[in-house]
Amino acid sequence: MAISFDKALGVHEDAMRFRGHRAAVLANNLANADTPNYKARDIDFQSALAEKMNPQNKTIELQTTHQSHREAKGLLVDDGGLKYRTPQQPSIDGNTVEEQVEHGQYMENSLAFQASFTFLNSKFKGLIGAIKGE
Amino acid sequence: MALGNVFDIAGSGMNAQSLRLNTTASNIANAQTASSSVDEVYRGRHPVFAAVYNKAMDFNSNQASSDSEAGVQVLGVVESDAPLQPRYEPHHPMANDEGYVYYPNVNVVEEMTNMISASRSFQVNVEVMNSAKQMVQRVLTLGQ
Repeated sequence: MAISFDKALGVHEDAMRFRGHRAAVLANNLANADTPNYKARDIDFQSALAEKMNPQNKTIELQTTHQSHREAKGLLVDDGGLKYRTPQQPSIDGNTVEEQVEHGQYMENSLAFQASFTFLNSKFKGLIGAIKGE
Repeated sequence: MALGNVFDIAGSGMNAQSLRLNTTASNIANAQTASSSVDEVYRGRHPVFAAVYNKAMDFNSNQASSDSEAGVQVLGVVESDAPLQPRYEPHHPMANDEGYVYYPNVNVVEEMTNMISASRSFQVNVEVMNSAKQMVQRVLTLGQ
């Protein structure tokens, strides 16, 4: 009998990966807060989740209508939910980073990371308990 | 690992802001540096920021990996085109034949606001790095 870590850990592993990735995107926004024409970006949780749920919708397949047509895989259609943010108060230099918004999102993201971590940690604690037979 | 990128990004942001603070310090320090000719006079210096784009195509995985998280870079430092300030000071030791000395085109008020903005942005990047550090430290205690 083997323990399947994928089944035991559930969605939290992916959630932590997503949070880590989003932290990098938000940190990039904050680093470019004074860069002219920089457009703030963010990852949409909904679309990232949808992509995880049905990964087969990711590429455009070319139809082959002739036997000598070669099979070709399309490139990724979307970019994992990486979107541009709509600014509430656009600035004159074309920069759409709003520092207070980004800061809030970053903090929220790191709290959600903490939450995922707590879940993951308790899963591991449960597994250790099961192994020890306590 | 995406969290490792946060350190690079925040580091590049701190780097850029400290360079901006450096040019501001240089501008304020030289705000009253007079010169006798137009060519030799100090001109205000300003860094030019640009986002780093990292659009590497990974053909093996058939993914256009649009990794935009790469931080900020300083393209260069440009000198200001603003008009210089000629002043009629015939008793100044640097005065030219007509009695004029040229003062730099540095606006001290602008430089002060630049300084405040740069130090605030630096602070934000430090906070980002700090909380990323906490996240990584927490991951290291996984399963303990």
